Amino acid sequence: MGATPQAKWSRLLICEHCDTVHHRCNPVSGEVTRCVRCNAVLERYHSLNVDGMLAVVLTALIVFLIANVWPIVTLGLGTRQSSATLWGIIIVMWQHHSQVVSVLVAATLFFFPLGKILMAGWLLSYARGGRRAPGFRPAMVVLHYMQPWTMTEVFLLGVLVAIVKVRNYFDVMADPGIYAFAMLMMLITIFSGINLRRLWDMTPERYS
Amino acid sequence: MSELPRAIELGVIGCHVCGLVCRDTGQLGMACPRCGAALNRRKKASISRTWALLITAFILYIPANLLPIMRTVSVGDVDDNTILSGVVELWVNGSPSLAVIVFTASIVVPMLKFFVLGTLLVSTQRGSSWALLQRAKLYRLVEFIGYWSMLDVFVVALLTALVRFNILSRVEPLPGVVFFGLTVVLTMLASMSFDPRLIWDGKDNDD
Repeated sequence: MGATPQAKWSRLLICEHCDTVHHRCNPVSGEVTRCVRCNAVLERYHSLNVDGMLAVVLTALIVFLIANVWPIVTLGLGTRQSSATLWGIIIVMWQHHSQVVSVLVAATLFFFPLGKILMAGWLLSYARGGRRAPGFRPAMVVLHYMQPWTMTEVFLLGVLVAIVKVRNYFDVMADPGIYAFAMLMMLITIFSGINLRRLWDMTPERYS
Repeated sequence: MSELPRAIELGVIGCHVCGLVCRDTGQLGMACPRCGAALNRRKKASISRTWALLITAFILYIPANLLPIMRTVSVGDVDDNTILSGVVELWVNGSPSLAVIVFTASIVVPMLKFFVLGTLLVSTQRGSSWALLQRAKLYRLVEFIGYWSMLDVFVVALLTALVRFNILSRVEPLPGVVFFGLTVVLTMLASMSFDPRLIWDGKDNDD
């Protein structure tokens, strides 16, 4: 015996939606375990290991830079052209007395996705060696709170709607930015399927 | 009937941030030993916070729909659009499928959120044991689809940045879009502050 309560309890899992206590049963390939009481997802099988996750995050970082540097769409009216980048949108909304919108766009499409990518990359690069990165604890807590506030997929649908709205009046040309956003959306979707909470168990705390 | 126990019956708490199973000592100011987050059996003041956020969101939702969200100016011709007239325009201009998507994101989803969260709050306050599983599922649905309402805000922002041909043609945001953005954020905060565990708690406790 002699197991500490913490060690004994590490085999337990509490459903976040209804507080039911389950025994962990590590799901195998493609499997999803659900709560017997409320049917919420408890655990998912992950095909990606730490290296795989890090690869996704680094790809997302490169794509994120492309998505932000290149314009998203260009409109043509006669000989004149007008194009927009993400930061162009943020600045223009600020100038048009819609600072709230400007801040929302900057947060949900720039700062939170970037913060997520950078922090996850930082944590994962250390987790490869089974170690906890400096600042592991606060970073994990911040990542938890940032989770619901990235909206890249909604933005992409918004770009589509905007294009359809103006296509009768202007020539519409898709720029590299829109493809980068499309790819970023897929990468973020893959990534949000990953439960970063695993990192708590994968990197045992070193007691000094 | 081998019902699994609930954490509250075993005297343990699952940390809301990192999921660690911790002993419930019953003291004030318990913190998770692993991530340092405050440990609470249930989200703090869940019902009253959710009501406050939901009601504020609903109040802002009225100007968000009544006020125009976007102005289109082309060679002296000024056209103001509300959320609903934007959907109609999209429909008429030959994209009914996209019009349905925008209608769903901007009108159906917020209304559904008000209705579902309101129902959950009232039934939870009464300690109702009516349709527990369905209510739990409704909550997860609302949490999952909530942020898609931001669609129209992004459309207006992109069009403003894009359509800038001075007197020939330009788009400007109008106050409705600010109210709408705030409504979406507040409804998201409302669904986050609701504690779905309360659905299953029945009559006895409400922290």
